[in-house]
Amino acid sequence: MRDEADQEPVTPDEVDLDLELTGDLVPLFVITKGRALPPAHQFSHTTLVTAKKDAHAARQLSPEARSVLDLVADGYLSVAEVAGYTHLPLGVVRILLAQMEESDLLVVRNPVPSAERPDRELLSAVLDGLKTRFGA
Amino acid sequence: MYLDPDVSHAVKILIVGHFGVGKTTCIGSISEIEPLQTEEEITEASEGFDDLSRTPDKVTTTVAMDFGRLTLSESLVLYLFGTPGQERFKEMWESLSRGALGALVLVDPERLQESFSILDLVERFGLTYAIGVNRFDGTTDYPLDEVREALNLAAETPVVACDVRDQQSSAQALITLVQHLMTTLG
Repeated sequence: MRDEADQEPVTPDEVDLDLELTGDLVPLFVITKGRALPPAHQFSHTTLVTAKKDAHAARQLSPEARSVLDLVADGYLSVAEVAGYTHLPLGVVRILLAQMEESDLLVVRNPVPSAERPDRELLSAVLDGLKTRFGA
Repeated sequence: MYLDPDVSHAVKILIVGHFGVGKTTCIGSISEIEPLQTEEEITEASEGFDDLSRTPDKVTTTVAMDFGRLTLSESLVLYLFGTPGQERFKEMWESLSRGALGALVLVDPERLQESFSILDLVERFGLTYAIGVNRFDGTTDYPLDEVREALNLAAETPVVACDVRDQQSSAQALITLVQHLMTTLG
């Protein structure tokens, strides 16, 4: 650490430099153009997304948004998978997807259950699926 | 890589436990895709960090979380999220527990005391759960009644022995959880 006594008074620039060292905040802010996170229930881990057929023609996408759009061009993936394959933080992926949905580039399927509690029919389908798959 | 185009329902189950209990192994043994990771930003109080004078009240850290996928029918897919059990990740718990069917809590019989705080979290977020007692290399089966007693579990909470390296064994633990979820519907 520098000797406090020899230091010039702290200027705003120096404060910013110090803050930059604490994390990825600045680059993430740039990628998402400063947009805030969508509400918690939107684009959750298990929301399924795919690109609309004509979405590839979209212009003015950031490289990160383009990589997300290309990834989901050929089929459905969950938001978590999009984050996993692109290695982008989940929050960034959620913001990018919300922007793309506003631009009408995505088809979105929300997860179930939307209610507090899963219903019997849904649990029964999960149980049957597990038993069929693993022969149990 | 892609989901069946007719998949319209996505559900999730949390695989919960302390560090090293076998969450990732469990997910890897039953996932149909190579397990992936999400990176999530969480904010936490700076307490416990060395240099309190220079850090702000909250700091942002990145938590990596493993997850896997299981297609259960043409229309239904299940995601399994390995959720770290520390109190400081409760922000992540909030989003993950929302809409989760339930939780499979993995415990190491030799380190049961590390599972208390995890059970607290699971209960606080209102998740119905089953306990999977993971069998580690070189250990013998542990009496499940002792685990139940040590963890002070409700009588109806299922406790199953499992070896998370084994696909069938992991699947059986999940099946036990889902059967339990059905009984709690009343």
